[in-house]
Amino acid sequence: MTTPMVKFDNVTKRYGSLTVLDSLNLEIAPNEKVAIIGPSGSGKTTVLRMLMTLERINDGVIYVDGEPMTHMEKNGALVPASERHLRRVRGNIGMVFQHFNLFPHMSALKNCMEAPIHVLGLPRVEAEERAAELLDMVGLGDKKGHYPSQLSGGQQQRVAIARALAMRPKVMLFDEVTSALDPELVGEVLQVIRRLAKEHSLTMLMVTHQMGFAKEFADRVCFFHSGKIAEQGAPEDLFNNPREERTQQFLSAVLEAG
Amino acid sequence: MQLRPLAICAIVFFTAGLAVASFANFREFIPGLLQGAWITVQITIGGCIVAVVAALLAAIARMYGPAPLRWLAVSYIELFRGTSALVQLFWLFFVLPHFGIVLEPMSVAIAALGLNVGAYGAEVVRGAITAVPRGQWEASVALNMPRKLALRRIILPQAFAAMIPPWGNLFIELLKATALVSLITISDLAFKAQQMNQTTFRTVEIFSIVLVMYLAISILITVGMRALETVAARGMARGR
Repeated sequence: MTTPMVKFDNVTKRYGSLTVLDSLNLEIAPNEKVAIIGPSGSGKTTVLRMLMTLERINDGVIYVDGEPMTHMEKNGALVPASERHLRRVRGNIGMVFQHFNLFPHMSALKNCMEAPIHVLGLPRVEAEERAAELLDMVGLGDKKGHYPSQLSGGQQQRVAIARALAMRPKVMLFDEVTSALDPELVGEVLQVIRRLAKEHSLTMLMVTHQMGFAKEFADRVCFFHSGKIAEQGAPEDLFNNPREERTQQFLSAVLEAG
Repeated sequence: MQLRPLAICAIVFFTAGLAVASFANFREFIPGLLQGAWITVQITIGGCIVAVVAALLAAIARMYGPAPLRWLAVSYIELFRGTSALVQLFWLFFVLPHFGIVLEPMSVAIAALGLNVGAYGAEVVRGAITAVPRGQWEASVALNMPRKLALRRIILPQAFAAMIPPWGNLFIELLKATALVSLITISDLAFKAQQMNQTTFRTVEIFSIVLVMYLAISILITVGMRALETVAARGMARGR
């Protein structure tokens, strides 16, 4: 069996007395596409935020590409990771946010060049070439000089995807990336993600409310409920024949809303 | 943009001032007062530069520095906000020589006023940095930027745009506080006015001109800051 690209080993996250994730165990294979669904407050976004190191975990270990990320080995034991260790392992992961979080003081092109130049140390010319290529790929080749405020939500989100890809991550995280968009702009963003899934060998984790897209895109769907995976499986099984009552309730509620 | 009404205001005051001055034969006071005004402008510019540098350093040290630096920054801010600018001026000018440190009056004026306003400015800077949406930090982490790089390249440029209007206020405060330096032997605008008043007793004319001159400088500052605001806002919406 190959090493999982991402592995949550008994990971627990608490906010005060509230347990958001309760000893989560989850393994994701290289190149696997996983959709995470569930009611709000079920901890699904927290999974991504912990993996991106935006949240500290309280218990357990997260492994990325076989290496512990939240911890490092020292004298044969695992100790909490130093900032340096975190930064090294974090380089494997890219994330796209619900609210885009583009840098408003930089053009689309500069948004995609900033980290490659200053973090990866790429020469400016090369970074610009790569950024331009990625913007072409997301269909924004003609908007390179535009600032985020001059772009629609869908365009901003596509820039954000290009910006994350410019760091050449092995794992891409999508956190409700279409939830802040007007309905008519959702399609263009999903189209880009669809292409990515087909043409690149990326491990992808997506928290989404778009059940139709999850069904088509994912190799596996995880249904979260109260900080645990209540049910998981291939999309056909989970969507057509949910075994758990909670899954059935959630799906019928979501499908009813359209 | 409200540049036009301001510019009109400035021109009206300036010409009104000039007209009054030339009609009533005030002209004799103008060269001397302009000399004083030039000193005032120099102290204002120097003080503003010191204030901005001190404020940035203090705010960043307070927010992100190690404990000793944090304490130093907090002490500086509280000390200079909590005591009078006049006492600070006297301290640097009359007290420091007792410890063997003798400074030029101009240096003392620029340092004291700059540090005084910088202490207020540090809180302005801190507020502006805090106001940058958290998502900007998170995006920086997601792009694996070290904290310092994120602060310098992502957070501060956005904070600058938000801190320009309050800085305009502080610069004008600094201009007005320069009148204090006449008390440490500097012949600034206020000093010149006092001096002329004592020899000629033409109080109305002299202090009317001085009023207009201070106002003109402060309007210049406002106009400059508005222009800076326009530049900073260009192409950038303060969004998430």
